[in-house]
Amino acid sequence: MTLLALSEVGKRFAGGTRFADGTEALRGLSFSIAPGEFVALVGPSGCGKSTALRLAAGLLTPDAGMVAWPDGRPETGFVFQEPTLMPWADALTNARLPLDLGRVPRRQADARAAAALARAGLDGFARAYPRELSGGMKMRVSLARALVAQPRLLLLDEPFAALDEITRHALGDDLKRLWREYGLTVLFVTHSAAESAWLAGRVLVMTPRPGRIAADIALPPGRDSRLAPATIEAQRAISAALSQAMAAA
Amino acid sequence: MKRIADIALPLAVAALALGGWEGAVHHYAVPEYVLPAPSGIARAFCANFASLMGSLLATLSVTLQAFAAASLLGVALAVGFTQSRLLERTLYPYAVMLQVTPVVAIAPLILIWVGFDRVNLALVIIATIVAFFPVLAGATLGLKSADFNLLDLMRLHGASRAQILWRVRLPTALPYLLSGMKTAGGLALIGAVVAEFVAGSGTATGLAWRIVESGNRLEIATLFAALALLAAAGVVIFAALTLLEWLLLRRWHESALNRP
Repeated sequence: MTLLALSEVGKRFAGGTRFADGTEALRGLSFSIAPGEFVALVGPSGCGKSTALRLAAGLLTPDAGMVAWPDGRPETGFVFQEPTLMPWADALTNARLPLDLGRVPRRQADARAAAALARAGLDGFARAYPRELSGGMKMRVSLARALVAQPRLLLLDEPFAALDEITRHALGDDLKRLWREYGLTVLFVTHSAAESAWLAGRVLVMTPRPGRIAADIALPPGRDSRLAPATIEAQRAISAALSQAMAAA
Repeated sequence: MKRIADIALPLAVAALALGGWEGAVHHYAVPEYVLPAPSGIARAFCANFASLMGSLLATLSVTLQAFAAASLLGVALAVGFTQSRLLERTLYPYAVMLQVTPVVAIAPLILIWVGFDRVNLALVIIATIVAFFPVLAGATLGLKSADFNLLDLMRLHGASRAQILWRVRLPTALPYLLSGMKTAGGLALIGAVVAEFVAGSGTATGLAWRIVESGNRLEIATLFAALALLAAAGVVIFAALTLLEWLLLRRWHESALNRP
């Protein structure tokens, strides 16, 4: 069973200035994800992780190769590096956005958005505006918005990178809980070996630009906490694979 | 305390300036046809109250019609520009051309084309031309400033162009648009006055015509009274638009937030 498959994908961006003649972000990128998996996409800065994520969402089209969703394009939730909220709208309206676009009746949409906010750990802040929320809380609204339409596929682009460590850990734990509760398939972009060792069941390590998969690591069970020996061991394996990918480049 | 100071300080400056003016005119025995004293202007204002108010209403009517037309036209064109690069490339140079051409130079043509029997329409058109560019420029910049990630998110959820425009682009553009409209409010008044000057007496009945007429008759106190009314109208328009801006942005935009 495959939910999403990228095969031999290449992507080049045209140069934005007269000094750059275009950037080859990806070359020969191939991987597939089965329903229910939690996959981390790990790699150095600028290796094309975010580009791969946008291709997976269908927001970009590949220049070479193919992006396929064998069962049809699934309902997809997307969480960006920044919360990307509408500053003129309160938390509930922000979380409701996908339902509003799908013309779900207002009362039903409000109830679902309020439930999504509560599950994302933001009960009682439905009427707060983004400027009234902390960075972590804004990210929770973003997460609630991604989950409100009950997606099968959740794509996250380094969502916790800008947060402090305590908030990052709390959100990571909540993400893992939500993955289980919603029965989601998750593709999570990060450059943290520790984060991916704790959250994901499988880690794809990318090479520097132009990015492709250097290692596909299935993580062992027994990672019951961030500091469990199995988690630390998985983190070591991911770090080693990253170093190897960098050295080979 | 700060609020009291906001009102008291400008009033104190006005009182000082008017007092000094009054004193200087009497002390140096300046003739009224050169510089009337504020008390003389007040007397002229009271004596001509009804006709001055009629003129103010005529000028305000042209100003408000032009402001509404400029706002609608500016926003409509800006929306068109963001929906079609071709339209923007085709029309933007003409909008700039209209903006940089002195309106005094084209006003007589507009009067001739529209006809002196419909002078009010001509005045509105001229004032609209003067006022509409800041709205167009502000709205265009604002509509293009939408967060790219938010636009991607809209696309991901299958949003239509109209949904993207209504839910993301227009709210993003609102602060820019309101800023343009504040400038346009003042420009519409200036445009109305310029248009009345060009139209000349016998056709227009607004404050500009009163200024020309009073000048010709050497009724300088009445001229000053009309001038003061114009300035007051400009301040009221600006204040009303500032209030509108505050009402629309106070919950979320940095510019309208009270910081301790």
